[in-house]
Order: sequence, then C-alpha cells, then structure tokens
Amino acid sequence: MNLLSQEVPLSWYLLLSAILFSLGVIGFLIKRNLITVFMSIELMLNAVNLSFVTFAHQWHAVKGQIFVFFVMMVAAAEAAVGLAIIIAVFRARATLAVDRIDLMKL
Amino acid sequence: MHLILFIVFAGFCLAGAINLLLQSHPINSALSLIVVMTSLAVLYLLLGAEFLAAAQVIVYAGAIMVLFTFVVMLLNAGREERTMGSRTARAVGFPAVVAVLGVIATVILQAQGLGVASLRDGITSTEELSKVLFTELLLPFEVTSVLILIAILGAVALARHGHGDPEEHPERTAGK
Repeated sequence: MNLLSQEVPLSWYLLLSAILFSLGVIGFLIKRNLITVFMSIELMLNAVNLSFVTFAHQWHAVKGQIFVFFVMMVAAAEAAVGLAIIIAVFRARATLAVDRIDLMKL
Repeated sequence: MHLILFIVFAGFCLAGAINLLLQSHPINSALSLIVVMTSLAVLYLLLGAEFLAAAQVIVYAGAIMVLFTFVVMLLNAGREERTMGSRTARAVGFPAVVAVLGVIATVILQAQGLGVASLRDGITSTEELSKVLFTELLLPFEVTSVLILIAILGAVALARHGHGDPEEHPERTAGK
C-alpha cells in the first residue's frame, strides 16, 4: 500500500471544524469562570480558522489563508484587551465567577 | 500517512476540547487549549498552509496562551464553582447548538464537489502568500498594525494599577 496516495475527504476537516465550534459554544454556556469562558471563544475562533484553511485548499486560493492571518492578529489584540478587562474586573469585584459579575443584568 | 496523521491529530483536537469543558481548574483548561491549538497547526500543515502552521504555534500556542496562563496564575484563580447557569442558556442554548451542528453536518455531508487532501498536494509557500499580502492587501495589513497599537494602549490603560481599585472608587462597589 502506497502511504503517499492515501486521501482524506475535505468534508472530514469541515466536520471537525463544526464539532470544535459546537464544543466552544457549549463551553461558553456551561463554564462559570470568566477566563474559561474567554478560552471557549478562542476555541470557536480556531474552529472557524480551520474551515477557512480547508476551503483555501479546496479552491487553491491564497486569500483564504490570508484571512486566517488577519483573524489571528485580531484574536491577539482581542486577547490582550479582554484579559486586561478581566484583570480590572477582578480588582474591582474580587471574583471571577460570571454569576457574581451581574451589574448590568436586568 | 495523511489519513493516520489526520485521525491522530483530529483525535487530539477533540480530546483537548472536551477536556477543556470537563476540567474545573482554569489552568488545566488552558493547557488543554494549547493541545488543541498545536494539533490544529499540524492539520494546517496537512492542508498545505505552512506559514499558518508556524503562525498558529507562535501566535496562538505561544503568545496568546502564555498570556492566558499568566493571567490565571496572576489572579490565582481557584476551582470554579459549578452552578446550573441561567435557565435561558439551558432552554435555548443547547437545542440551538444541536440544531446548528446538525444543519452544518447535513450540509457538509451532502455537499457535492468537495475535494480530497493528500500528501501529494503542493503546499502554499510563504512567498505566494506574501506576494498577495504585500501588494493587493497592503492597506488592510497596515490598518491591522494600527489596531494592534490601539489594543496595546487599551490593555495598558485598563490593567494599570489603581484603575478600578475599590479604595479609589468606593462608589463602584458600594452598590453590591
């Protein structure tokens, strides 16, 4: 058997991306720690990046990969600002539990 | 070879993501997320995106996750307390997740014309990528550098000591 000739359908990659995204959404819903909720958002961003790369491979297009590059840069900026906000919230309220950070809740 | 690598690293990805949900300590969740991101870098390489595989390891698994672990250790975040969450999340959120996953999976599995990936496919070289990035897409690239600069300033301003301090702003915490 020629190992180089093995093929994987691209739909498997897309399916993996969809499952990772759903796990991210579930994490966003069930986690009660502010930092872990933020990590779930990063997981969702990564899942979407995987489908971008898969479609870039499908259409032999470079722009899909460049879009992933931009998503990475925005995610880096988002992580820096988000974690700074988490530090500020922790200083003000001394807790990371999302149930107790409810000042804006109706 | 491609099939074996895909199955192994897709398995790592899913195991890491599920472990992220199951762990109750934030540092364990952060380490599982590093596993997910590194496995994704291998999957990018299998799809022929060599630059993105390197950037994934450096930017995500390196920079962003180091930031996360620093914050977890800085705030000394303990185990999270399990509560049931809001009723809306349970009533609307989980059925919505299942529905979205079902719709996406059906569409993907019925899609015609999706290709295959194998090790014989050429990889997209960094040269090709940079040619498009620095000619056609130069303006978005430069705008992103301004975005990063603003993010740095915002992060410093938000995390500066004394900002949001209860002693300095007693009215902020007085209500609760």
